[in-house]
Order: sequence, then structure tokens, then C-alpha cells
Amino acid sequence: MAVTFTLNGREVVHDGDPAMPILWFVREKQGLTGSKFGCGVASCGACTMHLDGSPVRTCVTPVSAAEGRSVTTIEGLQSAEGRAVQAAWRELDVVQCGYCQSGQIMAATALLQSNPSPSDDDINAAMQGNLCRCATYHRIRAAIHSAAGRLAG
Amino acid sequence: MPFANITKTPVTSRRMFLKATSLAGAGFIVGCSESSAPPATTMAGAGAAGTGAAAPAVPVEPSELNAFVKVGTDNRVTVIIKHLDKGQGVTTGLATIVADEIDAAWDQVGFEFAPVDNELYANLQLGLQGTGGSSSIANSWLQLRQAGAAARAMLVEAAAGEWGVAPESITVRAGVVSGPDGQSATFGELAVAAADIAPPAEPRLKDPSEFTFIGKEGVPRLDSPAKTDGTATYTIDVTRPGMLVAVVRHPPKFGATVASFDASAALAVEGVADVVEIPTGVAVLADGYWSATQGRNALSVEWDESGAEQRGTEALMAEYRALAAESGLVARSDGDADTALGSAAGIIESDFEFPYLAHAAMEPMNCVVELGDSGCEIWTGCQFQTFDQMAAAEVAGLLPAQVRINTLFAGGSFGRRAVPTSDFIREAVSIAKAIDGRAPVKLQWSREDDMHAGYFRPMHFHRVSGALDGDGNIAAWRQRIVGQSLVKGTALEAFMVQGGIDASSVEGASTLPYAIPNLRVEVQHPDVGVPVLWWRSVGHTHTAFATEAFFDELAAAAGRDPVELRRQLLQDHPRHLAVLNLAAERAGWGSPLPAGRGRGIAVHESFGSFVAEVAEVTVQDDGRFSVDRVVCAIDCGLAVNPDVVRAQMEGGIGFGLSAALRERIDLDAGAVRQSNFPDYAPLRISEMPDIEVHIVPSTEPPSGVGEPGLPPLAPAVANAIRSVTGRAVRSLPIGERVAV
Repeated sequence: MAVTFTLNGREVVHDGDPAMPILWFVREKQGLTGSKFGCGVASCGACTMHLDGSPVRTCVTPVSAAEGRSVTTIEGLQSAEGRAVQAAWRELDVVQCGYCQSGQIMAATALLQSNPSPSDDDINAAMQGNLCRCATYHRIRAAIHSAAGRLAG
Repeated sequence: MPFANITKTPVTSRRMFLKATSLAGAGFIVGCSESSAPPATTMAGAGAAGTGAAAPAVPVEPSELNAFVKVGTDNRVTVIIKHLDKGQGVTTGLATIVADEIDAAWDQVGFEFAPVDNELYANLQLGLQGTGGSSSIANSWLQLRQAGAAARAMLVEAAAGEWGVAPESITVRAGVVSGPDGQSATFGELAVAAADIAPPAEPRLKDPSEFTFIGKEGVPRLDSPAKTDGTATYTIDVTRPGMLVAVVRHPPKFGATVASFDASAALAVEGVADVVEIPTGVAVLADGYWSATQGRNALSVEWDESGAEQRGTEALMAEYRALAAESGLVARSDGDADTALGSAAGIIESDFEFPYLAHAAMEPMNCVVELGDSGCEIWTGCQFQTFDQMAAAEVAGLLPAQVRINTLFAGGSFGRRAVPTSDFIREAVSIAKAIDGRAPVKLQWSREDDMHAGYFRPMHFHRVSGALDGDGNIAAWRQRIVGQSLVKGTALEAFMVQGGIDASSVEGASTLPYAIPNLRVEVQHPDVGVPVLWWRSVGHTHTAFATEAFFDELAAAAGRDPVELRRQLLQDHPRHLAVLNLAAERAGWGSPLPAGRGRGIAVHESFGSFVAEVAEVTVQDDGRFSVDRVVCAIDCGLAVNPDVVRAQMEGGIGFGLSAALRERIDLDAGAVRQSNFPDYAPLRISEMPDIEVHIVPSTEPPSGVGEPGLPPLAPAVANAIRSVTGRAVRSLPIGERVAV
């Protein structure tokens, strides 16, 4: 049975295996490759997208769970929070290998959308699921604070 | 990787359109672009494939002023990057060097990864095209300064010809060439004419006082935009027309082979196209990763384990411990340590244990291959282009020159993508060959594949014995190291193993800088059937820990302050001393701390750079602890891009802390116990300490930064814990709690 949902503002239909994780549908069938595969067990956050605005690990979320809902990827990130996060990431040159950073940015954006002025503890709680093997955490934290300040300013 | 000049034999033919002129000393080759552009190796090249659009009527190719610099009529300056960027920032650092000498504006500078060409693009430290040993900036420093300066001279000469003025009367600033009478031209306007200018034999290099980007703050990373909007292309993102995705069922133990398999259930899975046996297992090919893994789940394989490694890590460590009771091969001997220890009033002896470690780069290993009758094209985060090209050719039955490699960004490596055996490249080509090249193949490992397939930092055991003299000085030091050689049995053995000693197993111990009259370092390399490989900072990952932690044990026994004793014994090593003093000063060494809190220090040289780190820890009554702050001082010679240097120190500290706290690969009767991030759990954001990085001003040539931040971290943490608990930490990982 086909699954229909909104991907970055555009309606898409999946008529294959409804158990296929959203990540692979988006990457391989829709050609949006910004979201990455890191673990396949919701343990690293590289695949993070927004499902109706909330961050989800799409490597374990079946396409069927998106029926009638809205999925946003790094390619479709348009919110003020998302743009502020991307700008802060560039200003502080957060990235190293960059592979996890789409997921980091999606998680940080979701945090600022629900909490415009997060504390360090809030950042830890929201970002704990996003691994960065290059350990750019120091700058991720600073960039989230910077983005929050930018939005408040 | 600490090896040099592996081969001087070029394995590819020079591109025919290049007029080669070798500049003295640097292996720098200048050419011009009369006929064609080099093979498409841009990152956009992967994504733009298969558009089928007709070529524009009059393509304007950028002018290739030399092997490293192209200038387009669109005013873009493209720097050709011969190294892999796996996060360490070489696309920015190498471009910085060229941009400075050519006098570009930073916003007109971009980059492309180089094709395989051992003659043009060899790593001048390694003697082959490859990235490792924190050598990218160091080996390219003079080469790229000359490339940038030569390109600048060609642009100036072109302008002088057009304006009829003397080249000496022309100035260049921020991408604008200016003449004596108000003439002005952009690089883009001069690009075509400059391509016809003969490159100068000895271009004038800038005096360091003239640098505009090198050593300056505020030169942003070139890869930040693409890595923050999802457009950066990694191997996993490559798609080719008709491509199949392959996953492989590997044997459960190292050295096991396929006895038989039943593909019928796998082939029944929707989307599965084929199931083939290859030398490393059984591959399932499908129309996508999900179908391929579903097919693999349905696959039934019987294994022949008769030749497999069956030992577990506990048994191996017991064997290593027994070996350490005996003398090994002597890697260094000053004075007579055995006699000095034999006659000492008291000996301090400590055993240090280090586990196997996985690289666990965020992007699991992968490779895309298109195989035809007369050629093979590869897309991958390629770290050893020369070896990988030869390996692919061997598997495909082609000549190396028939293998084209497109190097892409890598989602981390930490050494994993620089494999002398080219393991995952060979596997990908084997799969393409097994289906007769009828479709492009993307080999994609899962996290579990990546963790189980090995190439680990080898397990090690160190026994260190020391004695003090009557004045509390270190009179004798003997260190016995037991661990697998990284290169035994590979093509690199002949170059890196001398007298039976793999230099990469003892580096950092055999180079101990302290003034100790009787010093002996021995090593033994047991044969174990577990594939091992360099892992960020290689031998220093364990030698720095054993040496710097043991040093503090001796200092404590002597009743000496660890910084003060280091100062005394490093008098002949000013660069060690400078970073030691800087880190200690900025960390407030000696100032009081609250109860339960302690500081530890370590200093270590690796890859030509000197790093000292002070860790501050808090240990709770129940033994749980946290690392709160790390102060780092580095001397890496001239810091080409100081912010990238800081980033590499931050990353090296985080990576080192991750291993120090938790990382370990265990084998149960030869089978890897860990499988994914839940049980091989890298550092997370809440555990990242505050970090301060201080860079020692220097006019020495640039040295490494990708690895040197790591070695001092774990011993600094261990020393800090010992300062609180009074109990030494001698086994890594430290774990959640320490003895109190």
C-alpha cells in the first residue's frame, strides 16, 4: 500500500516496502543525500530529520510512519532557527569531516525551535544522541549559543 | 604513518597534455593547458553524472597554470588538493598556502581533489600518493608555495605583455593585478594569456612578513558551506546510472572462509539482483541499501573456520604478559639499564595494558566501482591513491594506468582509509568483477560490518621498570613493549620493519626525550590473526601513555613535582620545554583546587610537533569521575591556519578522551564482541571538557596537527586521577569508575 507524505514541502509517494526506513527512501529514491547513515540503530543521529517539526532518527523510522505527515531534511531547512544555526556553524567553522553535521544541525534547529535560550544542560540533553567522531562538540555548543543569541538579537 | 620513500617508481603515466618541468628540490611540475582539462575529479563531478546534457558549444576550461593551480575566466582560483580531506582541514590549509603566494582574494579560492598521479601528486614524505602521518601541510609547504608563486609570476608576465610594461612594475593584491599607470586586471581576465607563459624556473617566494593568509586568523574553512547545507559529496552519496548497492556477509572470525552458501532466500527478496561469492565473503547486490540488507538477512552461509584466529583477547593479553618477562628486540639502549636496575636499591615496576581499538569513522567504509573491459573508475574517500590504484588494477586484471580514482570527502578515517592491503577497495572491485562489470557497484558496509571487519589499533602490553638514584633523579628506565606489528606481511614491511622492529610500535618510547643515563626500550611482535592498522597517532597512542604515566609514578616516588622534574630532564629539548611551561602556566599549575579535583600533565612529541596538555578532573567518593578542563599548548612550527590547528587539538583531545574512557574491542574465542555504537560508545557532547588551545609562535616549517593533540591526553587524565586518588591508572580504557 502506497505511503504519501510531504518532503520538504513537496508531496511524495512511496509504493514499495513500507518498512523501508525513511532515510533510505529519501536518500536513494528521492536523491536527497544530505542526511547520512552512521549506525542503523538510532544511536548516532547522523540521519536526523524533522517529522512534523520534531527530530527523528530516520534510519529506524519506517516510511509508513510518515503517512500524511511532513518530513524536513537539511536540504529543506528554511526556518529562522535553521538558518541561524547554519550561519553560526559557518561563523565558528564547526565542521571537520562534516559527515554527522546535517544531523547535528537538524537536532540543534529542533532544540532552538522549542527552546530559544538553551542552557548547557539543555544542549547536552538535546544533542546527546548525535555522535561526532571528530569531537566538534566544543564548537557545536558554542554555535548553538551563538545561534540563540542571533535569533534573540 | 612513519615511513618514507616507499617507492620512487611512478605507477601511472604522466598526463600527456602536461609540459613537465621539474623545479629544483620540490618535485614540483609545471605545465600548461593547451589541449584539455584534467579528468573530472571535482566533488561536483560525482553528483553531476548522468545528466546526459550536450556539452556547451564553446566550453571555457580554467587555465591550468601548473599541477596545483587553475585560474578560470570566471576569476576562480582552484587549488588542486593531492590529499584526502577527512576532516583535518587540508582543503583549507593547502589552499591557504597557494592563495597567499598567488595573492588571491580568499573568496575567489576553491579546490578540487587531484586524480591519481604518483609523479605529480606523491606525498613527498611518503614517496607515494597518500595521506597520513600528519604530513599533508608539511610535505606540501614548499611545493605549494612554489606553485602559487609560479602562477602569480605567470599572471604578472601576462599583464606585462598586454600592457607593455616591465613585470617588476606590476603589483598583485587580493586577486587584482595593477600596472604602473593605473592599469588593472583580474586574474580571470589574465587567465588565458597566463596559460601561454612559460613557468618560471625559480619563482620568488614571499618573505614571511609579506604573508596575507598564512598564519593569520579569520581565514574561514572552504568546506564549511557544503558541509552545513548537505551538499558535500561523500562516497555514500555517489550514484551512477544503473548502479547496484552491495553488502557483504563477512566471516564471523578473522581467517575463516566460505564453505558453502544458499542464495535462494536472498534472491527471493524484492530488489535483490544477484548474490556472488568473493574472496572476503558473500556479496548481495540489490537496487538499494535496504533491499540489499534484507537480502543479506535471508542469506545462509556455512563457514570454514579451520584457518581462523580462535584466541580471545584475555588469552592474548596473558600471552603478552608472559612475553614481557623476557627480553625483546632492542629498539634503543643508552648506558646499561639492566645493570643499573640490578644494582638499584629499589625498583619501581608497572604494567600497562591497551585494548584493540576500532576507528569507527562516522561513514562506514564504502567504495563505488564502474568496471569495463578497458578501464575501471572508482569513487571513494581515497587515502592511499597509489596502493589503491595498484590493488584495483590487480583485482580487475588491468594496468594501474587504466584505473581512475575520484577522491571524495571522507566521513572520517583516523587511519582506517589508508590500508596497505586496500581491503575495501579490493572488495568493491571483486564484486564488480564477479558480476562481469554489468552494472556500477556501490559497496556499503553497515556499522556492524565496519566494527567486525577489523583493522584495529593493536592491543599492547608494556612493562616499564625504573629506578631512582640517591638524589631523586631517574637513574634507569627499561620499557618492554609487546604488540603486533602494523605492517608485517604487507608491502610496507620491507620499508618500516628493520631488524625485526616495527618502528611504529616503539615510536614515542624509543624517542623518549628525558635525560636518563640508562635507558632501554625493547619490543616483541607476536603473530596474531587479527588485522591491525594505524589509528590516529599510531604508536604514540600507547607509548605516550606508558611513558608519561610512568614518569609521574617515578616523580611521586622521588617526591618531586611532575612539572619540575620534567623541566629538569628536558633541558636539552627547548621545544618540549616551551609547550610544557606554556600549558602549565595557562592551567595554573600549582594553584589550589577544591577537594576531589586534581590536575595532571603530559608532554609528547609526535609527527614533528610538540604538545603538552594539562587535564583537570573531578573524582567523586564512589570513584566516578569527569574530565572538566584541558589546557593544551602546541608547537607545530608555523601554524598555517591557526583556527584549523585549534580545531585539530580540540578534536584530538576529544578522540583521545573517548578512547581513554570507554573504547575497547574484545574478542571472544576470536569473534569481535562489540558491534555498534551502543557497545562501542564514543564520547558524547556532555562528556566534552572545556578546552583551551595555545599555539607557540614559531618560524619553523609547519609540522603535523591532525594527530599530535591526541597522545598527551590520556596520560594527563590518568595523572590527574592519580593526583586525587593516589592510585595509578595503568589500563585503558579507564572505565566509568576508578579505585579510590
